Amino acid sequence: MVPLLLAAPLVLYMLAFYALPVLAMLMRSISDPTWSLTHYKDLAGDPVFIKVFWNTLETSFIVTVSTLLLGYPVALALVRAPKWAPLILILILLPFWTSVLVRSYAWMVLMGRHGLINEALLAAGLLERPLRLLNTPLATQIAMTHILLPYMILPIANALRQIDPSLARAASGLGATPFASFRQVTLPLSMPGVAAGVLLVFVLALGFYITPAMVGGPREITLSMLISQQVEELNWAYAATLSAVLLATALGIIALFYRLPGIGNAFTTSGR
Amino acid sequence: MAAELGASVALRDLEKSYDRVAAVAGVSLDIRSGEFLTLLGPSGSGKTTTLMMIAGFETPTGGDIAIDGTSVVGMPPYRRNIGMVFQNYALFPHLTVAENIGFPLKQRGVSKEDRARLVGEALELVHLPGYGGRYPRQLSGGQQQRVALARAIVFKPRLLLMDEPLGALDKQLRENLQLEMRRLHADLGITFIYVTHDQEEALTMSDRIAVMNDGLVAQVGRPEDLYDRPSNRFVASFIGESNFLPAIVRALEDNDVVVAECQGALIRAVCPSRPAAGDKVMLTTRPERLRFTDGAWNSSTPQNRLSVTVTEAVFAGERCRYMLQAGDGTAVVLKEPSSAAIRRRAVGEQAEIAWSVADTILV
Amino acid sequence: MIGRVLPTTVVALILLFLALPIVVVMVVSFSSATYLTFPPPAFSLKWYEAYFGNADWLRPTWLSLWVAAAVVVLSTVLGTLAALGIARLPRALRIIATGLILSPLIVPVIVVAIGIYYAFSRYGLVGSPFGLVLAHTCLAVPFVVTSVSASLAGIDPRLEQAALSLGATPMGTFNQVTLPLIRPGVLVGALFAFITSFDELVVALFLSGSRAITLPRRMWDDLRFQIDPTIAAVSTLTIVLTVILMACAHYLRKRAEQTRMSTSSVAP
Repeated sequence: MVPLLLAAPLVLYMLAFYALPVLAMLMRSISDPTWSLTHYKDLAGDPVFIKVFWNTLETSFIVTVSTLLLGYPVALALVRAPKWAPLILILILLPFWTSVLVRSYAWMVLMGRHGLINEALLAAGLLERPLRLLNTPLATQIAMTHILLPYMILPIANALRQIDPSLARAASGLGATPFASFRQVTLPLSMPGVAAGVLLVFVLALGFYITPAMVGGPREITLSMLISQQVEELNWAYAATLSAVLLATALGIIALFYRLPGIGNAFTTSGR
Repeated sequence: MAAELGASVALRDLEKSYDRVAAVAGVSLDIRSGEFLTLLGPSGSGKTTTLMMIAGFETPTGGDIAIDGTSVVGMPPYRRNIGMVFQNYALFPHLTVAENIGFPLKQRGVSKEDRARLVGEALELVHLPGYGGRYPRQLSGGQQQRVALARAIVFKPRLLLMDEPLGALDKQLRENLQLEMRRLHADLGITFIYVTHDQEEALTMSDRIAVMNDGLVAQVGRPEDLYDRPSNRFVASFIGESNFLPAIVRALEDNDVVVAECQGALIRAVCPSRPAAGDKVMLTTRPERLRFTDGAWNSSTPQNRLSVTVTEAVFAGERCRYMLQAGDGTAVVLKEPSSAAIRRRAVGEQAEIAWSVADTILV
Repeated sequence: MIGRVLPTTVVALILLFLALPIVVVMVVSFSSATYLTFPPPAFSLKWYEAYFGNADWLRPTWLSLWVAAAVVVLSTVLGTLAALGIARLPRALRIIATGLILSPLIVPVIVVAIGIYYAFSRYGLVGSPFGLVLAHTCLAVPFVVTSVSASLAGIDPRLEQAALSLGATPMGTFNQVTLPLIRPGVLVGALFAFITSFDELVVALFLSGSRAITLPRRMWDDLRFQIDPTIAAVSTLTIVLTVILMACAHYLRKRAEQTRMSTSSVAP
């Protein structure tokens, strides 16, 4: 009885100010103007939706792959170089703790016409005229990779830390070269961390809104941006339909990954 | 005088089941005032559950617990005034040693000055004067154990419960603390109920031991009674090492002695109950109470004899240990004090062993 | 040689990629140039003066601080109570309650934002700081609940039994044992809650209206028209604030872990 009374205020609060509002909004996708699934059927022949949805998936995929490629070596260094670990951790956490808005702004500064990147390339004589970086899909991908990189590094480092170091010694004792022992022992055992990182980054990337809106191309918009535009035009039925699709995609991917072993609490343990 | 300091505890048909699986299946036990009683048993035997019911952390599903004649079933643990030492000690990590020991006094409204004095005395008692300002994490395992003990007795409870308090310590330290706890028990004069799975610890420390198995008390008695007169096969095998010889009852003699046929030989055994002739029974003896006869054994005490073949001989320093085989293949273990003067038996050798009737128990 | 130098260089470059943007923003905030150029021609504090001298910047700052403070109070109280309750709920109820409370971590924030906007616009909660507090609390509560639940799960149940056996009542046990032991978890949750609200933009875009402009919302609006280094100065200040708070949280969590580890180190 007491446990129920303790949990009830928050549960009721979340129902009133979060769950029911979101559900009521999502209902508009099947109740506006009359009860039907027309809005969902229409999506299949909607070129704007298909282009935006595809762009969202493509961006999430590219960002996931690039965070994995950049994140794994850093995670490995974090675990294998204890002397440098505190410094590496600070360099990971410093951007991690900075808001998405500020980090997106930082990339605007870096990638502008007179930003650091263009100035450096011009000064080095590699360019004659400044490159157009800002407001391109590449800018979105770079900035999102930067923002989501810690979400990849931390779960992988966690998995690497749990590998018994004597396994690597045993492997080399059995005649494996360092590379072979990495490929045959460390890499397979770190896969739960990789899976958790991939899941986190992909699902978070799907919902990105601020960064693509700030640094991305004007034509390559994401699902979140399209939803926001539709709300501004008070096109609630369409916005709700898109929201349902976005939510279903995210939940579907999570459900898929949860069938893999070792993912467990990817979302709750990685914290912020 | 001392006896009055300790509480008496009576368990009557005590039961505890979880989802219809009985952890404790009807335990009756009278623990006398001032006694050091040990609940000994393998894990899952119900000993910890019994202790937790006495402490008030588990509610019995049947039976009664009375302390000093008053039932405590339904009384919350904080009103029972029982000291308790937990496995891993359960010291509060956010409080200093002095605050830990002062905790029960604070709950009882003892003034700050009295608290400081009593805590100081308790620290003296467990040989840790001057450690009051430290935190538990700054102490060794043995020191943490002593603090837990001090905390459990500082409020002068009349009953102290201990749940495997020495389980986490190494052998040397464990033996020192065993002696210290016996001394403390003698000094305080209160009732101790001690739970352990370590038979040596139980034999060393206890006034009486209740051996538990499958949620029941298998036997209660003084350590020497349990060792010399196990009343059933479980107790005989759980406490110390035992040989078991299948036999058939042939005759009953006076003085609780039974004559049984075993491997073609007639063996006399002590038996408090009176089985009928023809009953199939099990005889038990301790390996260190068997001797090789060399054909020339003469003793005034009544002896049992058996012919055997040596199958294995192990020299283990202070003792020699022999694996023997009786006529029908029953294995028998014999332990002999080692001496350069005694001839060692070779594997394959035929021999005769003998042992006293008083060391043969029908179980 | 190459076997060690190459990986080290690669890792160093990736770490540079991680740290560079933050460093550049901080450097630019001290620039004397009006336009964003790098490296800055000279050192100056004029963008900080521009920030501190402009009510259009200070008003949103105060609003964000007030909203975040209110969110901390609301989400810490609700979240701590819920974490205590959830730990003792039967399994089925626990899974349902945890699923509801933690779901804002998974649901895309735009969906949460427009859902809340959809409902709040009917009750006049758009353009009101109160509406922002209610909405931000939903986003902050999962951090409080996970943090408090983790520290609750780390408490040896025998500590509470020990307190009861020593004569403490259930209420006394909670006050003298449970609460002090989960306090670091509650504090960490509160810090996360503060930062979640203080940095939040997407919900604010919909709920701020024209009257409850938060600091991130003000920065966002400004970026639409110009990118003068005032934003760099504001960004630097928020970076410093969040880094200090997060470092506190990190330290608290580490210390709590150590306390716990050292007392259970004698466990068999």
